[in-house]
Amino acid sequence: MVSPNTPETPGGASSASGQSSVALAKVDVPRSIHDVVIRLAGNSQDGIQSIGGFLARLAGRSDQDIMTYMTIPSTISGGPSIFQVRMGTGEILSAGDRADMLVAFYQHSYDAHISSLRPGGVLVYDSDHVKPAEGDNRFTHVAVPITTGTVEAVGGTSKDKGKNIYVLGLIARVFDLDVAKLSALIKERFGGKDESIVRNSMLAFDAGYAWPQNNLRDLFYRFEAIDRATITSGRPQVTMDGNMAIAYGLLAGGVRHGAGYPITPWSSIMETLRVELPKYGGLFVQCEDEIAAISTAIGFSYTGHLAITGSAGPGLSLKMEALGWATMAEMPLIVVNVQRGGPSTGMPTNVEQSDLMQAIYGSHGDTPRVVLTPKNVEDCFYIAIEATRIAREYSTPVLILTDMALASRIEVFDEPDLPKLMVEPKADLSDRGTDYKPYPLDRITHHAPAGSKILSGKYPTVTGLEHDEMGHPTGSPKLHMQMTAKRREKIKALGASLPAPEHTGDTAGEVLLVTWGSNWGPGREAIGRIRAAGVKGGHLHIRHIHPLPSGLEEIFKRYHKIVVAELNDEGLYGFGQFAMMLRARYANPAIESVCKTDGLTFKVSELVAGVARHIESKELEATLGTARQSALAKA
Amino acid sequence: MSATALATPPAPASVPLTKKVLVADHPTWCPGCGDFAVLASFYRVLEKLQYPHEKIVTFAGIGCSSRFPYFVNTHGGHFIHGRSLPFAAGISLGGDDLHVFVFGGDGDGFSIGGNHLVHTARKNVNLTYVIMDNSVYGLTKKQTSPTSPIGFKSKTDPWGAFDQPINPMRTLLNSGATFVARSHATQVNHMTEMMLRAARHDGFSVVEILSECVEFYEGAFDSSIPRKGGKWTLIEEKKNDGTPEDANRHDVTDEVAAFQLSQQAWPGSFGVFYENKTRLTKNALEADLIKKTREKTKHATDLQVLQNTFARLR
Ligand SMILES: Cc1ncc(C[n+]2csc(CCOP(=O)(O)OP(=O)(O)O)c2C)c(N)n1
Ligand code: SF4
Ligand SMILES: [Mg+2]
Repeated sequence: MVSPNTPETPGGASSASGQSSVALAKVDVPRSIHDVVIRLAGNSQDGIQSIGGFLARLAGRSDQDIMTYMTIPSTISGGPSIFQVRMGTGEILSAGDRADMLVAFYQHSYDAHISSLRPGGVLVYDSDHVKPAEGDNRFTHVAVPITTGTVEAVGGTSKDKGKNIYVLGLIARVFDLDVAKLSALIKERFGGKDESIVRNSMLAFDAGYAWPQNNLRDLFYRFEAIDRATITSGRPQVTMDGNMAIAYGLLAGGVRHGAGYPITPWSSIMETLRVELPKYGGLFVQCEDEIAAISTAIGFSYTGHLAITGSAGPGLSLKMEALGWATMAEMPLIVVNVQRGGPSTGMPTNVEQSDLMQAIYGSHGDTPRVVLTPKNVEDCFYIAIEATRIAREYSTPVLILTDMALASRIEVFDEPDLPKLMVEPKADLSDRGTDYKPYPLDRITHHAPAGSKILSGKYPTVTGLEHDEMGHPTGSPKLHMQMTAKRREKIKALGASLPAPEHTGDTAGEVLLVTWGSNWGPGREAIGRIRAAGVKGGHLHIRHIHPLPSGLEEIFKRYHKIVVAELNDEGLYGFGQFAMMLRARYANPAIESVCKTDGLTFKVSELVAGVARHIESKELEATLGTARQSALAKA
Repeated sequence: MSATALATPPAPASVPLTKKVLVADHPTWCPGCGDFAVLASFYRVLEKLQYPHEKIVTFAGIGCSSRFPYFVNTHGGHFIHGRSLPFAAGISLGGDDLHVFVFGGDGDGFSIGGNHLVHTARKNVNLTYVIMDNSVYGLTKKQTSPTSPIGFKSKTDPWGAFDQPINPMRTLLNSGATFVARSHATQVNHMTEMMLRAARHDGFSVVEILSECVEFYEGAFDSSIPRKGGKWTLIEEKKNDGTPEDANRHDVTDEVAAFQLSQQAWPGSFGVFYENKTRLTKNALEADLIKKTREKTKHATDLQVLQNTFARLR
């Protein structure tokens, strides 16, 4: 396969600079690699994030090579900022434990992040600002005058603005990326603005591209070729973060109403819906607080429009009383909770999975409810659609428990088959017959929304008080038991209908690694490494976390140890929240926990080490610390 | 009525809305509770309005007064304590052709729900809110409420309350409610008129009704009941008839004058304090946003809109 990106034409034929540095590259042959982890460290005003944006979009548009990719977003605005991208061929499952290449814009970037570079990795630094430690021969040092290079290329008064695009050019050359497509993306991005911005960007890009070509010819890689047809739907690829994917999934699932109150990292979902919903004839209300938000959303649902509300941990706590009402009154509702470090304000821009118990058991009384957890950005889209189906079918609140990592990372995935998936929302205001009851004991409740005629002339009451089949309040112990069972049984029925969870690797053996939510990718990668070390192991990933799908008992029995990995504390009894639930549910003493609360996603090596702690395996221990995350490590 | 409307008269409601159709469960209030009269007036209001039966929604929070919806045979229900207004905002915005009535007590509305009251009012959501103020927590059996006067002996202030009570009219005016009225459960005709005007108002309309809790705060409102020696002072509204008397009458569109009325010494005046017919409702503003946005998308189908969005994410 020939890459359309040929080094002879840096910047592409349409390069604004018209510069060309031909000849040299002709003799260069790129080395083939599977994937690479690049960490860019600078300040947030340097536009480091936009390098990632361009690379992601490029990955989405690449025909020959698939490059999937994730980021670790910056947490401080205005100050130091980092951005990590892993790109390559085929499925990229995690952001990568350590960087293969570090681009350091400043001395503080170098100081803070040199430890993230793996031994043997490539340090690219701005020689105008950074002095690396002398005699440090762990890494390949590449000094690039990023600042002066950019200033010289762009000229005029723009100072060093455009350093990010210069570095993008450099990366494009080192990894033999598709220059024509990147140029097109840059033009699309800046096209609406002053023409000089596009021109300056292209000048910076070309200068960055030319630098390695003239100075660093042996730093030249190309991602392995892959037969794209075997792994994709044939539809184009799209690029977005997990919060966007949830918002668009809800739109596809026919949600046209919602209400919320801002909180990181949930806010971008409500911002997207506030702007998008009017296009669909719907609306999203910004409320005075989370309680008002869930109340308004349930009010929408009461009028026959399945609605969404959402928040992050503390806000979900505020919604609990109303959530109890929605369970009692059997109202369909979608609640998104984007988990962050807690309790309280905790670590608001870090990831944690410590809201699981709250999601399942928070609220007063017996409130059986549905909790779904997406495994990656693409799944955020599909799980949102599934949540709308369940909420309607079972007339129940459904929680989507996502997290900070998914909320903010960008991934590339096949564009969903929208014509097939799109749900036409329509409030069912048809007349209800004379036998209509809001709370029949022998059937799942389906409300008659306000506005629908009740032919018996007896209009229904929906209420948080225990009620009879007509919704009238009752103190009858018998009815409370019957209605409690009714609310429980429908959720159990849902559980029985769920598909088997994703189970990969050895179907029996030493260890079963169990993950939920965003730990799917690192879990998959970890089991690969564990098995490569000669340990028989499987990976089980749970998306439907409450109710649980059936059949887990039998799967668990086939392994000596079941190790549940989750981003929360081991608690008073030594088990994470999900492990605790599984132990209670299956009474299986082989269930163990791997937990952590450092606010970061699991590194694959941490999972491997966590599993090694629970099983006695010399092979596995021997691999710890030596496993390599990418092919570049061997290059 | 327009000619076309005459040519195709709307199908008459199959059953006219009479009290007989509207009564539901038998009220569970204590005999003598002021809330019975509010309920009786509300039946009369619905009889006069003759809205299509299925388009009426009666909702409430929690409290004795909030039991109201069980006694009215319309779509409706009973939400959680203090949060009926945001819930009802969802109903109003989700079903713009619905007629939404919310009932509740002084604790429900001014205490736990106080912030919601302010925000539903400022947004001018189209619904009617009736606060049945008995100046006590009835359902929970005699604790101090936000409208209990200083000196009121409750179970939480056996020595007499000393926290400053709120002034409901001033609070409502300040929140930006576009229709604010005050009435009394012993004045059935007045109550009916106030609720009727509130229902016809386009926007957030609120009527505060002094409704005695005979169980826990007997005689609370005697000072405004003439047969108990009290004074019943009606607000005289400006008629704009050019007469000299008219100059002294209350202009309901004058917010400052409304604030002045709210500052009168207890028991104050009854009637419409304020009415603003010009401020747009949230319902109208959101509908306008949708209309303009749909024009921009050239009325693309939902599928086309989402497909266009995804195309930009390629
Ligand atoms: C979250 C919550 N807190 C407290 C209560 C208990 N509670 C029920 S009604 C009520 C106060 C009722 O007073 P008011 O709103 O004035 O109504 P009234 O009974 O006087 O008509 C309280 C405190 C509750 N139901 N829910
Ligand atoms: S306790 Fe008071 S408010 Fe409640 S029903 Fe009895 S009289 Fe009415
Ligand atoms: Mg009260």
